[in-house]
Amino acid sequence: MRYGVGPEVLHDVNFALAPGSFHFLVGPSGAGKSSLLRLMYLAHRPSRGLITLFDRDIATTPRHELPELRRKIGVVFQEFRLLDHLSVLDNVALPLRVAGMGEKQIRDYAEELLSWVGLADHMQARPAILSGGQKQRVAIARAVISRPKLLLADEPTGNVDDKIALRLLYLFEELNKLGTTIVIATHNEALISRFGHSQLHLENGEISVRAATKRGA
Amino acid sequence: MFGLFESRSDLPLRTDASRRFLPWLVALNVYLAALALAGLMALGDAVSAWDKGLTGSMTVQIPAPVSKDGDRINDNAPRVARALELLRAQPGVAAANALSRSEMAALMEPWLGSAGGLVAELPLPALIDVQLRDSAGINAEGLQSVLAAAVPGATVDDHKKWLDRLLLLIHSVELVAAAVVLLVAGAAIATVIFITRTGLSLHQDVISLLHVIGAQDDYIAKQFQSQALALGIKGGAIGFLLAALTLGGLGLLAGRLGSQFLPPLSLGPLQWLLLAGLPLAVALIGMATARFTVMRTLARLP
Repeated sequence: MRYGVGPEVLHDVNFALAPGSFHFLVGPSGAGKSSLLRLMYLAHRPSRGLITLFDRDIATTPRHELPELRRKIGVVFQEFRLLDHLSVLDNVALPLRVAGMGEKQIRDYAEELLSWVGLADHMQARPAILSGGQKQRVAIARAVISRPKLLLADEPTGNVDDKIALRLLYLFEELNKLGTTIVIATHNEALISRFGHSQLHLENGEISVRAATKRGA
Repeated sequence: MFGLFESRSDLPLRTDASRRFLPWLVALNVYLAALALAGLMALGDAVSAWDKGLTGSMTVQIPAPVSKDGDRINDNAPRVARALELLRAQPGVAAANALSRSEMAALMEPWLGSAGGLVAELPLPALIDVQLRDSAGINAEGLQSVLAAAVPGATVDDHKKWLDRLLLLIHSVELVAAAVVLLVAGAAIATVIFITRTGLSLHQDVISLLHVIGAQDDYIAKQFQSQALALGIKGGAIGFLLAALTLGGLGLLAGRLGSQFLPPLSLGPLQWLLLAGLPLAVALIGMATARFTVMRTLARLP
């Protein structure tokens, strides 16, 4: 994969994720973790190579069918990407609205999820007034509200303290137990060793897989 | 009330600066288009009235006979009677009637005022209004040759030359008015394209997020087109209202002048209805343009 006419950011990256698996995506800064995630959540098309998602070859899937695939993917962005002009509730509800779900059901789901992530008192607040940790939880709630089959998170614990980071990881594990495949890009060695899931190690544009270790916690 | 036309939007389009000036640009466009269209329709009515009034008729002019020394001889009646007799004998002529003094005075009124005495003093030629049968097949030259021998100096005018020149002028004005309507529509489309592109550029981050979480292009386009429709209707209503006031004022002024010189400038109910459809048409064009612009831009996303 390359951006425009720039150098290849990723090359010879081969891996397959088993449904319901949990992985940490690790590697030094600039190794291409975010680029790999962008390919996986279909924000970019590869300049060469093959991506198969949910048994569909992305290169041959018609463009108008891609939104349906994207709805099966939840993304937690490093910089949250919350919409400041919408309330917390509307931010979380966004994937369901896009999917065309009824307003009543959307509200019920969003309220329930926000209560679960501890933001029941902030449903009508604007994201701008929230703390980093609260924004992180809103971003996660938005990513998981549509029960995605694949959850991709880019440094989801980068802006929160260790206690909240741990809680977020447990939340991801809960989701994983329900069948969602999880890929978390992180630098947090303590969490990686604590949870011991398999690691996709990305360096110099190439990837290697390290098997899961025995759980440290 | 215009909020009724706008659906809930994920994009913060309501805060865009374009929201403030687009309605006024649309209002200006609708105002100009409404005036041009009203002019077009009023001229069309005048043309058909003149055409209808003059087609199938001719005017015969009998100059008062003059003596050899150039003195005027007032009694034109025998020549008029002879001409009427000849004209009525023609199979293609349905009716031929000489205009009375009072009718002549009415014709001259715009120029000479209502002082009837002055008309009586002038050496005016006698005028005969000739109505032809539909399929008469008579032309001015044919009628002239019939009259020439019996009534020397008599001329026949089928108004064709005058009408042709007038029609050419009016059709030219109509073309200009139609061009104005088209230019205004083009300007409205260009404005909406510019504003939509600005909106797309301003809200690139939100659009990219919606795209990533699975929004179809149509979902995003609907938000832009709803806004364009709402602002278009708002601006269109303002423009139409201003145009209606202007047309009303002009009609009032024309009415005060008297209608002898001017064609009828008032519009019928159907024409007002057509004018009222203009803001809606502009709003719909704006909506379609916004949708087309957004869909075309989004098609470039993966």
